[in-house]
Parts: sequence; structure tokens; C-alpha cells
Amino acid sequence: MAQEKYETHEYDVVVIGAGGAGLRAAVEASAHGVKTALVCKSLLGKAHTVMAEGGIAAAMGNVYPEDNWKVHFRDTMRGGKLLNNWRMAQIHAQEAPDRVLELEEWGALFDRTKEGLILQRDFGGHRYARLAHVGDRTGLEMIRTLQQHAVHKGIDVYMECNLQRLLTDGGKVSGAFGYWRESGKFIMFKCKAVVLATGGGGKAWKVTSNSWEYTGDGVTMAADAGADLMDMEFMQFHPTGMVWPPSVRGILVTEGVRGDGGTLKNTKNERFMFNYIPDFFKAETAETIEEAERWYDDKRNNRRTPDLLPRDEVARAINSEVKAGRGTPHGGVFLDIASRRPADYIRKRLPSMYHQFKELADVDITKEAMEVGPTCHYSMGGVRVDADSTATTVPGLFAAGEVAAGLHGANRLGGNSLSDLLVFGRRAGLYAAQYAKSMSGSLSVNNDQVEEFAHTMLAPFESKGNENPYSIHSDLQECMQDLVGIIRVESELNQALEIIQKLKQRSHNLKVEGNRHYNPGWHLALDLHSLLTFAEAATLAAIIRKESRGGHTRDDFPNTDAKFAKVNIITRISNGEMTQSQEPLPEMPDELKALLEEKK
Amino acid sequence: MAEQQVHMRVWRGDANGGEFKDYRIAVGEGQVVLDVIHAIQAQQAGDLAVRWNCKAGKCGSCSAEVNGKPRLMCMTRMNTFEPGETITVSPMRTFPIIRDLVTDVSYNYQKAKEIPAFKPKAKESDGTRRMYQEDIDRVQEFHKCIECFLCQNVCHVIRDHEDNKPAFSGPRFFVRLASLEMHPLDTNDRMELIKQKAGLGYCNITKCCTEVCPENIHITDNAIIPLKERVVDRFYDPIAKLMGLFSSKNK
Repeated sequence: MAQEKYETHEYDVVVIGAGGAGLRAAVEASAHGVKTALVCKSLLGKAHTVMAEGGIAAAMGNVYPEDNWKVHFRDTMRGGKLLNNWRMAQIHAQEAPDRVLELEEWGALFDRTKEGLILQRDFGGHRYARLAHVGDRTGLEMIRTLQQHAVHKGIDVYMECNLQRLLTDGGKVSGAFGYWRESGKFIMFKCKAVVLATGGGGKAWKVTSNSWEYTGDGVTMAADAGADLMDMEFMQFHPTGMVWPPSVRGILVTEGVRGDGGTLKNTKNERFMFNYIPDFFKAETAETIEEAERWYDDKRNNRRTPDLLPRDEVARAINSEVKAGRGTPHGGVFLDIASRRPADYIRKRLPSMYHQFKELADVDITKEAMEVGPTCHYSMGGVRVDADSTATTVPGLFAAGEVAAGLHGANRLGGNSLSDLLVFGRRAGLYAAQYAKSMSGSLSVNNDQVEEFAHTMLAPFESKGNENPYSIHSDLQECMQDLVGIIRVESELNQALEIIQKLKQRSHNLKVEGNRHYNPGWHLALDLHSLLTFAEAATLAAIIRKESRGGHTRDDFPNTDAKFAKVNIITRISNGEMTQSQEPLPEMPDELKALLEEKK
Repeated sequence: MAEQQVHMRVWRGDANGGEFKDYRIAVGEGQVVLDVIHAIQAQQAGDLAVRWNCKAGKCGSCSAEVNGKPRLMCMTRMNTFEPGETITVSPMRTFPIIRDLVTDVSYNYQKAKEIPAFKPKAKESDGTRRMYQEDIDRVQEFHKCIECFLCQNVCHVIRDHEDNKPAFSGPRFFVRLASLEMHPLDTNDRMELIKQKAGLGYCNITKCCTEVCPENIHITDNAIIPLKERVVDRFYDPIAKLMGLFSSKNK
């Protein structure tokens, strides 16, 4: 076709999303000599990675020389309640140190040890102090370093450009379609490979640390194009979000507060975490306050404080304390570092927490305890990928970072996300470039498919309906918060499904005001498709997994079930219908199994 | 605290012009200006254009002028205003309008491209990179920048002088340049750029940028003035100049 109806660009590789994974993928693809585009919903440098606080988990052994990839692998697998893809966990633990050092080569400045090496901090579920960090703004350092590096590599960046649909040709990816936020005009990419690096779908919940971007786009685009989704039932509720005032409810409070000495307390001033140590972690967790206190300085002879159990355990414990009436009037618990560490230390280690509480809650965290409670934070589930190559089940489609499933199993450890972005972002860029190079011939897209997308996307302007996108979004958030939250039960999950179906019906009658020119109401209307798809997949998978494991807790099935320990729940969409099945986990080699069994 | 109504005046329009529109809206406890803008979107003006991401002062997306003061909307509490006070929200003035509170900040991304990349020196003999905390404290201060561009917005060199933009990088990029110049590992020489193309000489140290920085970076004292001193040392120092006559290395 000589003249395209819509603005059209041709690339070898199109990376969608410009957080840590997308930037790292684009840098790698470009380094392998393929024509690469980086497309993102916000301005460059504003993606969710910028909000990451605590650090990048990597077994560099700068603080504890006995740390190595095997210990990191073990911690990651146990944190994920052994549902992780073992190969991803192995690759991640092995490659993370090189990826961190690479950032230093590109200009990042991490906090230092006395010997001048990268300092590492304690975090939940990690045996040793392992997180490379910059105070509590590690994500900012990472995204800015990658962004500045990418800018000089000749990668074309399309900012505030929202890709919504993948184009396929004969079952293979052949492009992507979306719109410019500024003009509202459509834009089409023809390409050999697409890397999804779009993050999660936490904006489907009401109390969430996630921004407007987190609408499940990647998961939905992949599923709509025929790719498998996996582990959608596992959402991470971060134990410590702000709870007061109401306007800031859900904003993240870094795990670094606990890593640097903060402890959780209820209104009776009890360090309640000692009452919530599960059998699974008994052998490696301090049983007394005295031992926990000694652990901060001597990790060899003491076990870790239960304040730093994996996030799923801590979030459930806080939830139980509040339910038992030992929570604060605002529905949280206390997180106290003020009484435990000097003010100067707190301001130096946790500057943005200090600032955030002072400005937004009138709380001086060097003088008083913070009030915290669980907040929807991270999606362990997502697009099913090959462990080595990040290839999805659709040829030409790759996925890395939060949008991909597998590495974190049923629960992610803090610090393992930033390392995930770097390790698998790089691999996605590498394998997408290789795939693109192997493809010859011209790119073709199906014009009927494109026209259908364009028509659907413009419908809210021409609609005779009267549904407000903000209201549907808000109703979905209420539904997911109340019925598909930290503690789940079958009757409520079924109720959630009914509500989601009704919201889908209502979304056919969306009406937006104004025109296509930078119109957030329209943008939200278009994101509702992804939000609802994400929510439906998460709810359906939650119904199937009749056990409690990691980020999925069923009140009606409170224990783990050996049957479910062996399977992932796979979600597919065909002919508009969502179906789910149980598929066996890949078999772990014996030498890795042995690592899990080792006591130390 | 009971919910109370506030009177907001929000600039609505595009590159062709616009005007302030009035909204009366309920404000909840602890809310910030961005919450109120979102409430207006959800209840009264679905197409009100605004940028935001983190809502916690970490991403620098929601910059605007609140009662004429350059601010992050997510870090401006509603209870800092007098009861009954009308609150005016307008887009950053230094950048071209796209729509409502959204401006075209591409100038900044262009300036970022013009700065030569970080180029590290060789590793230590043991293959590590050793840097000491006291040597990087200053540069880490610069790395706190969230690119909200409020310093650019308030800088009088470009605020009312569009014609200065091609020859002036602005405070944000002086901070970036200072972070590279003071990076213990970097080997690139950017002094010529700092003096010429980045237009450091235009800055006459009024400190407006420092005042509006939400990260409290001492832009003028810690970045701009030391850079000016380096420029002077390199290009105007009479002794160095004399030495240059006898030395072949006069870059």
C-alpha cells in the first residue's frame, strides 16, 4: 500500500514501556544493530521504576562475602513459595550483579561501603544485606541512568504515545496500534518483534501504590493477540503503604525502613510479628526480640527479625492485627524507626520517606512512628515467557519486567523487581533483536484489524450512552478492593466476577466529553478494556486456586495444598472468551533442589 | 474535618488561547491540589488535561503554577491555603501550551541530548570501581533531580525570552553538567559546551531556581557557581593562560 491512512513507522523492534525493563531492552536491542523504537505512555523518565525506593537485589557480596547467587536463588524461590520458574530464578540470581555493575559503568552512583564498593542493605526475605541502593530513591537513579544512556544510543523515543493493540500476521506479531496522547491521532508501528515492558495492573484496586499507567495494558494486549497468561491470581499487597490522611492512602513506604532498623508495632506497643512466624520460615527467623536485635549487627550467629519476613507474610499479619482490634484508628499499625535510630541516620538513609511523611501527613518520622497498612503493589502474574529468551507463546512477542510472569512465583521479594527489570530487560532486547534479524521479507499488517481497532477506540465519542469512564473505573476499584483483596473467599470472588461482567456491559456505553486533543477522559475510557481484562483474569485464577500461597490467600482454603504446589494457572482468550487451565511446573534439576534444602 | 467546598480557578485552553474556568468542589482531609484537580476531572470536566504519575513527589510530572507559584501539585496541601481562598492553577508559563495544564516540555529533552554522555575512566587494577561516600555526596545531591522542570520554568533567562532558548540549557542541565563534571569516574570534557552552547554566562545567580526546587537541591550554590568558577579557571585565569603558551596541552 503506497499511502497509509494512519501515521506509520517501520522498525525491527518496538519496545512498549520505558521503565527499567523497557529502557534496558531498547538499549540492548539497539546495541545489536537493529532499528529500535521505545514507546511510552508518559514522558521519558516518569515510569513506575522512578518510584522504586529500596534497592536492587544482587548477590555481589560486598557486605557479606558469603553471599552468592545460590543463596539469592534459594531466597527468591522460598519467598515465592516455590512456585517460581526455577530457570528464571537461577538466571536472575546469576546475572543481577553484572547488571548492577553495568549501571555504574553508565554513571549511576550507589551508596558506598567504607572500602569504596557498592553498599548493600537488608530487605525482607533476603538472607544477607543484598540491595544496592541510593538512599531510598534507587529507582530514580536507575531510570535516570538508563534514560541518559539510551538517549545517546540513537534509539527513537515516542513519548506520551499509548499503544493499545498488537497487530498480527499469520499468528506472528507484525506491529502495534495506538494513539498520541497529545493530538489523539492514531499511530501504527510495523515491526518484526515487540517487547512488552508495560508493568502491571494495580490500578484496578483502590488502595494502591500504582500510578495511572498501571492499567494492565501489556497483559491485555498479549492475551488479545493469543498469548498465554500465567499466575494471574498472585497480586502482591505491600505491607507498608501510608494510611492517613485518606488522600495519600496506599502511597508506598519503603521496606528499607525495616531493613534499616524500623519495627512494626500494634496499639498495645507489641512487636506482633513474633506471633506470625510461619513454619516455613521458622528455621531462619528470630524467635525473641533479643535475637532479632542482635541480628542487625551479627547475621552469622543470629536469625533475621520477623519484621523482615517476605511481604505476603507481613501484609497478612498487619491485616490480622487490624481485624483483631489492635490497629490504629485509621486502620493501620505503627512502623517505628524514630525510637530506634538517630535522626541524622534516618534522614540520611530515608530522605524521601522523611520528606513524604512531613509534607503529606505532618509526621516527623525521626520523632514519631508512621502509620502503615497494606497497599496493592505488584503483579507476580502476567504474560507467560520462556525463561531464557523472554519469548511469549506468540512468535515475535517478548515480555520483561512486571508484565511477565514466572520469576517471582507466588510472592516477590523486595529488591527483586529492579534486578528483574535489568536482567530480563536485557535478555528481551537481545532475543527480540536476534529474532528480528532472523526474519526476512516485508512486513504486512491486516488492515481490517486496524480499522476495527480504530473504530472501537473512537466509539466513546460517538456513543449514545452516558457512562462516565471515571465512575466505571472507581466502581472496579471498589470491587477489586473489597472482593479480590488480601484475603479472598469463593463467594466474594464469584460476586466480583458478576460485577466485572456488568462493568464490561456498562463500558460499551461509555461517553466522553471534549475532543481527541490530550483528553484524559478518553484515555481512561480506552484503558478500561485492559483494566477489566486484567481484573477478570485475576479473579478467575483466584477462584481456581483453592489454597493459600504467597500473594493469594483464601479464607475458605487457609493452607497450602500439595496439588496446587505443582501447577501454574494459565489464562487464554480465544474468540473473546477467557478460559483457564492448570499446567504442571517445569521440573527443577536436582542440583538446584539441593540448594533449597540446605539449611544455611 | 468535615468536607468543605473550595473555589478553584483552572486555566483551560490550548495553543490558540484559553481562559480560567471556575469550579466549586468538595475537598477531603489531607488532600493536595492534584487530588482536587482529579476530582474536577471525575465529576465536572472529564477532559481536563493534566500530567501526573506517582502522586508522591518522586516523578516530577505534575508541575504547574498554583496561585502563581511554581509547584508540584501532588505536594501542595490544600490546608496551606486560607479558608475561603480562591485557588488558581495554571500551566507552567515558560513552555508552550499543549492543553489545559499540560505543556510542551520537549525543550528539556532536546537540551538533555546535547550533553555528551558519561565516559568512565579505566577500572582499578583489581577490576573494581572504588569511590568513597564523601567523594560522591555532592553528586548524589544532583542526582536527586526529578526533572519536574520547575527550575527551568522559573528561570528568567528563558521565562520571558523565547529567543534565549537555543543558547541556554537552564538550571536543570547545569545541575546535570555539574553532576558529570564532579563525577569521580567521568573523563569527558564539557567545559567548552558549558561556556558556549549551554550558555552558563547568562545566569546571573538570582537563585529563583533554587527556591522552587522540590528536592531542595542547592542549584545555584552547589552546581552553577562551581561551574562558573571552573569556566573562569579554564578560560580566563591569567596564570593558566600564560602557562598555556608554554604547553601544548591547552584544551
